[in-house]
Amino acid sequence: MSSVRQKREIPGTAVFDGDLAQKGYALNKMCFSFNSADNRAEFQRDEHAYCRKYGLNEEQESVIRNRDVLGLLAAGGNVYYLAKFAGILGLDVQDLGAAQTGMTKDEFKAMLVAAGK
Amino acid sequence: MAKIVGGITTSHVPAIGRAIAGNLQQDPYWKPFFDGFPPVHDWLAKVKPDIAVVVYNDHGLNFFLDKMPTFAVGAAPEYQNADEGWGIPTLPPYAGNQALSWHVINELVEKEFDLTTCQEMLVDHAFSLPLKLLWPNEERCPVQTVPVCINTVQYPLPSAKRCFKLGKALGEAIASWDEDLRVVVIGTGGLSHQLDGKRAGFVNKDFDLAFMESLINDPEWATKYSIEELVELTGTQGVELLMWLATRAALPGKVRKVHANYHIPISNTAAGLMVMECAD
Repeated sequence: MSSVRQKREIPGTAVFDGDLAQKGYALNKMCFSFNSADNRAEFQRDEHAYCRKYGLNEEQESVIRNRDVLGLLAAGGNVYYLAKFAGILGLDVQDLGAAQTGMTKDEFKAMLVAAGK
Repeated sequence: MAKIVGGITTSHVPAIGRAIAGNLQQDPYWKPFFDGFPPVHDWLAKVKPDIAVVVYNDHGLNFFLDKMPTFAVGAAPEYQNADEGWGIPTLPPYAGNQALSWHVINELVEKEFDLTTCQEMLVDHAFSLPLKLLWPNEERCPVQTVPVCINTVQYPLPSAKRCFKLGKALGEAIASWDEDLRVVVIGTGGLSHQLDGKRAGFVNKDFDLAFMESLINDPEWATKYSIEELVELTGTQGVELLMWLATRAALPGKVRKVHANYHIPISNTAAGLMVMECAD
């Protein structure tokens, strides 16, 4: 199912629309649950069981297992909920930025500093 | 009658919470950001607001995709903060003002804004950190609050034009409230940044500076852009400038720029700060 409206192409960017919101519902619901420390601990005890509990499909569980940021987005993950997953891993948004752009974290940070000049 | 004393717009980034908790305000990385705030503190000491109406966007703390309101207004006696999944230090609860909340809700619905009303509402870093930046030395935020939340999580988002109209109606609602209290409108978010996708790390200084200037002299300037155009120009999260736009629109008539600060980067974000005082 896809929306009828013509979508604007923005390089390197996918807006989180109804299609992605449907596709990623289970994945995002699991990540939303990480607002609770108890749930974070339960996930860390048994990731596979926790993914099952939230009904993630094979693709979604695989990108969770592989910590694949672009894969998580492609599987319908929304960055605001994924950030809570990243929090469990001790990663911040600059780690995520580096992972998505193929840079090291230092390179990514330097790019931002340069943009401010 | 209530009086709107002005508006404050500022970025909100979770990392600010860690910097405050770690007392890093004078650290070289953070100094250019935190040094923007003392003039705001001086202004607040001068205008002495009783209430802050805070226009912000939730990041998946209070709202999930099961029910995603475009516009939501808090009407709770108190608003709790939470760790949001990262374990960041939680700030003390914020006092609400239910009488003003319901007045705003009644007036906005009367003006055809179909709101979601929230008698329980968790407030995330987009609400809590700006208030901490504005009142850093108080254990609890010293003003009462009314949260106004605009969806920037799931598309379609309300257009810039619509958010401007919401802000205008919000300002009129506040100004028609029959109590002699002083209200500051606070808008949090932006400026340009993008967390997700191959374009992560995108910022746009030229656009941000033009946008900040437009709020003073040509406040409706940004309403000419579609949401998709704003995402292209400012990044997937830069679109949070909608909060700034609604805040400016809530201020009646002309405004005077009291103070502005702009610094890249804070985390992945071009951080902006502005204080606008109502001209009359």
